[in-house]
Parts: sequence; C-alpha cells; structure tokens
Amino acid sequence: MFINFFYELKEAKVPVTLREYLTLMEAMKLSVAQFSVDEFYYLSRCALVKDERNLDKFDRVFGKHFKGLEFVGEAANKEIPEEWLRSIGERFLTDEEKEMIESMGGFEKLMEMLKKRLEEQKKKHEGGNKQIGTGGTSPFGADGYNPEGVRIGQKKSRHGRAVKVWDKREYKNLDDQVELGTRNIKIALRRLRRFAREGAQDQLDLPGTIRDTARHGYLDIQMEAERRNKIKVLIFFDIGGSMDAHIRTCEELFSAARTEFKHMEYFYFHNSLYEHVWKDNRRRHNEKVPTWDVLNKYGSDFKVIFVGDATMSPYEITYPGGSVEHWNEEAGEVWYQRVLDIYPKAVWLNPVAKKHWEYTPSIQVVEQLMSRRMYPLTLGGLDDAMKELNR
Amino acid sequence: MKFQGTPNYIATEDLMIAVNAAVTLQRPLLIKGEPGTGKTVLAHEVSKALSKQLIEWHIKSTTKAQQGLYEYDAVTRLRDSQLGDARVKDISNYIKKGKLWEAFTKDDAPVLLIDEIDKADIEFPNDLLQELDRMEFFVYETSETIKAQNRPIVIITSNNEKELPDAFLRRCFFHYIKFPEKDTMEEIVQVHYPNIKNDLVSSAMSIFYEIREVPGLKKKPSTSELLDWLKLLLAEDISPETLRERDPNKLIPPLHGALLKNEQDVHLFERLAFLARRERT
Repeated sequence: MFINFFYELKEAKVPVTLREYLTLMEAMKLSVAQFSVDEFYYLSRCALVKDERNLDKFDRVFGKHFKGLEFVGEAANKEIPEEWLRSIGERFLTDEEKEMIESMGGFEKLMEMLKKRLEEQKKKHEGGNKQIGTGGTSPFGADGYNPEGVRIGQKKSRHGRAVKVWDKREYKNLDDQVELGTRNIKIALRRLRRFAREGAQDQLDLPGTIRDTARHGYLDIQMEAERRNKIKVLIFFDIGGSMDAHIRTCEELFSAARTEFKHMEYFYFHNSLYEHVWKDNRRRHNEKVPTWDVLNKYGSDFKVIFVGDATMSPYEITYPGGSVEHWNEEAGEVWYQRVLDIYPKAVWLNPVAKKHWEYTPSIQVVEQLMSRRMYPLTLGGLDDAMKELNR
Repeated sequence: MKFQGTPNYIATEDLMIAVNAAVTLQRPLLIKGEPGTGKTVLAHEVSKALSKQLIEWHIKSTTKAQQGLYEYDAVTRLRDSQLGDARVKDISNYIKKGKLWEAFTKDDAPVLLIDEIDKADIEFPNDLLQELDRMEFFVYETSETIKAQNRPIVIITSNNEKELPDAFLRRCFFHYIKFPEKDTMEEIVQVHYPNIKNDLVSSAMSIFYEIREVPGLKKKPSTSELLDWLKLLLAEDISPETLRERDPNKLIPPLHGALLKNEQDVHLFERLAFLARRERT
C-alpha cells in the first residue's frame, strides 16, 4: 500500500524511513483516518514528515502522486454504470433518504439529472446551486445544503476545501532554502556558540568537590566559573550600490547577530575591502577606520564573516586603483589576503542566489579568494557557513 | 475516545488527526509552531477532553534526561548516615521519582507534557529514546525495572531552537501548528470572549492581520497577543468606531503595547503609518 508514494518521497529528499512508513500502515489499519483523502493527507503528513522545512516538499509529492484522486467527479464524468449507482444507493441510503429521493421524482430521475449535469460540466465546481462540486446547494456533490443531495467524492470537509489542501503549499516559506525573519537567523547563528568557563568562580563544582573531599578526607568545596558563550565575531558588510536590493536581508542578519553574539564587531565597506572601513554610514567620509587598525586590534581568535554580493567589475578586486570611489594604492585582493592570513576562520555570505553565481565573474574571483568558503544568505547556507566556522 | 477540540480550544482538522493518531498508536506527539499558537495549551486541553490527569515536565537548559526518570539523593543519605538514621539501610528511601516514573506508574494512563524539549542539551532527546519508545527503564540502585502499565499519552513541544535527532523524530508523530487563518481565528476569539461585540472583533482582526503583514517586523504578534489585546480593548471599552477611524493624529492602533513588543517595531510601524498617510493626502 502506497509503496510508490513512499519511494517518491524518498526521491524528493524528504527523509522518510521504513519505521515511519510502518507507523503509517499501523495507523491506517487502526483506521485513524477514515476513508477521506484529506484525513489521509493529514495522517500521512504527521507520520512521515518530522520537520516543517520538509512540509512543502511533502505537499508537492502528495499532490503529484495522488493527482486525480481527490476529485472523484472527474471519473464520473466519463461513465458510471447505472446499476452500480443504484446498488450503492440501495445499500447506503436510509429509508428517510429514499423517501427524499422520491420527493425529487424518484431515483431514476435523480440519476438522470446527475448524468445530464455531468455532461454539462467539464470542470471542477464550487458553490453555486446547480453544478456538481463542493459547498453548493445542488443536489449533487459533497457538503451541499440540499438534503436530497447525492454525495460524490469525500465524506466531509469543513471549509469546503475538500479539494487539494496540499496544493495550497502553505508551508512554502518553511523550506530552508528561503531566507526568513530574524528568529530563524538567530537559531542558525546559534550553531556558533562555544561555551567556556571564565570570570568569577561563583558556582559549586560538584564533581570537583566530591573528588577533593574523597582525596582529603574532609569537606573540600570547589568552585568554578559559569559557562559563557565565548565566540568572537568580526563582520564586514558591503553597503550601498548593488547591495541596496538586499538591504532587508542584511538588516535581519545584522539584528540577529547583534543579539546572538556578545563579542561582535562590525564594519562597513563599499563594493570591495580596501585600506579603510567605517562604522557609521552617515559619516563614512569623515570617520574612517584604517583597515590595518582593525586587523591589529582584533586577535586571530575572532571569526570573520563578510556579507556582500561581490558583484562588481573584477578590476575592483584585482588591480590597484580599481576602486570606483577613490584611488586605492593596493588591490582589494591584497586586503582580502591579509584578512585571511590573520583570521583562519572566515566565510563569505552572499545574498545573491547561488544559481546566479557562475554568471558573475567577480563572484567567482571572490569565491576563489575565499577558497570556496562562500555561502548563499539563506537559512541552509547560513547553517553551512556556521558549521564551516566551527570546524 | 476521540479528541475533537474542547469548548475552550479550537482544533483544526489536521491537529485532531495528529492527536488521534498519537493516542491510538500510543506514540509521542511532537508539536512545533510559532510562539503563542497554543502548543502547551494543547496538552492541557487534551487531558481535559479525554478526562485524564496531566503531568507537566518543563524543560530548562540545565534539565537532564535522568531527572525525568529518577534521582538518587546521595547527599541526604550521607547526612542521615552520620546521624544514624535507620532509613539509611534502604536505598529506595533516597530515590526521588521523576515525572516519567510518575506517569508510568499511574493506574489510569495520564497525559505527559514534555514542554520545550529544545531548551535542553542536544543529547537530551537521545537519552529518552528507549524510555519513550518502550515506556520502561531500569533503576540501577535498586535493580528494578519500571514499566508503564498503561502507556501515557506523551505530548512534546518544541520552539525550534535546536534540531532534534533523527532517531528521536522517527518515533514521534509530528504536527506543525501553522498560524490560524482568519475564520479559525474568529472561532478562537469567540471561544475566549463569547460576548464580545462582533464589529469590534472584525475591526480588531483586520488591524491585527495588517500588522502581521508589515514586512520587517522583529516579532510578529501571535494568537495569545491578539487575545490579550482584545481583553484590553474590552476593559478600556474602546468602540469599534475608534478602531476603524483613521485619525491622522493617531497613527498606530490604541493599546498597541499588547501587540508590538519591541520599540523598533513600534517605530517601524509609526514610520509606515506616516508614509501611508502622506500618500493618501
């Protein structure tokens, strides 16, 4: 049962395992979902998907695999043998319902009408009072208000949306290839935590106390310092020009990083890193900080993150005097190399989608400079970047 | 025994199926979702709806898996031994039962809520794998095995601060509570404030969803914040007309403190409202 569906999920990189599949089978056997595609969809979703990032993939596979199943009316469009309909009707209709059918002019007439409607109607239909579909007052279709109705399709659906809940793809945003609000960025950045004990010794070190008490034969209390996040980060933001399109993503990253790292220093540069950086964009021409000062001030235990689209003319990186704003004595390349020499842990986050990288020569130049440590500014990319910094 | 939501809790169809699957198959149910969408409340309501006792275990960053099973109080025993207390002879006097033990030994299977499991250490869920799967564990100090007579209904919530290990996830059902749509939200409000004026709700609701749509908000207001805000609006007796009127002097909705929890968000909202007004005039 549904073996193909299971393999299709696997192919679509939804991490499903045999155990989860068996759980679903068990649930089906115990009839948790009762013969409605909607219920089956919900059940299989909660049994097979364990991470909201995969919900969208799941929806897509489900939609593909069960295409056509959700609307039985489509099949009825062709031909339902009359005997078949009649036998179902006799088996499932109560006496009262049969009476109601009589009031419509009898079963024959009802079926005739149904056939006629099916012919008239080629497409899915919702609402209205004549056609077959959901939520209408026609005697045919599910969820109608007409007590004389013949229900075609599913048992019940609350919002008249029996058709394709999964096709709405409401979980699109949760896929980790898409960047999201600050909270998710914070969680991705949290990978970079490194705890160390430092500061005042104000906590009881229980194992130490037991060890020393046993060794000395009297109660020897040991204290230790609290664990704190000791990570130090230096961030360089590219600002202005082509980065204007990405300003929101960068703002989100910035505010997330600010709350997540206690030791965080940030500087701005324009297009490419040269001999000056600055901290305040409004006064960037007056309050410049020599890049050398930055490199000398912060120790090599800082981890460096560049944020920029690296989209410019390759000359701005590789040639002295290539800067668009001023005459630079040394090429941008030289400055990147200096930074990388001092800080072995460095990554580049690029807000440009990865699939466009190969069309921009300067991105490739920078990627090479960073020895491939360039990651797209999406949650997935951020995660990989933090792993790289933590290695 | 089916969970259908309760008079105080509106459950969507997918949530009901997830709960029923977990109850029927006796597997843990993992609930994730935006903060304030009623993850913890769900456990309370399930216990009420199925009239079972609720055992809550709130997880902190320092919580260890062992604490849920039992703790051996060596310090008290050491002290008692020096005082010559007779209780010292029996080690079981110094074993403190944890929440899982408590849940396993109840005659009528209770609902066990493990709240915010992601707060704990990364190894925490792994340490509970066997215990939650087989619903039994071994007490070394007294060499006895504690086995659940009736498997409790386990509901686990997570705020997504840490990834949970795959082995753990394989054993659970999973449900992501998505932010309620407008009509579900109206039902929720009706349940909490049955006598609220309809027009007040609809104007408040449209403001609420407008705020949620504002791009760049640091913290989007959630269901629980909407409910708080409505309560305030009721208490202050603010009329729907006041909410609806777009007085240029009042740029942001009254009592916005309940919705926007961050001064940058308030500024952002003021700025946007200012721009909107300028465009209109």
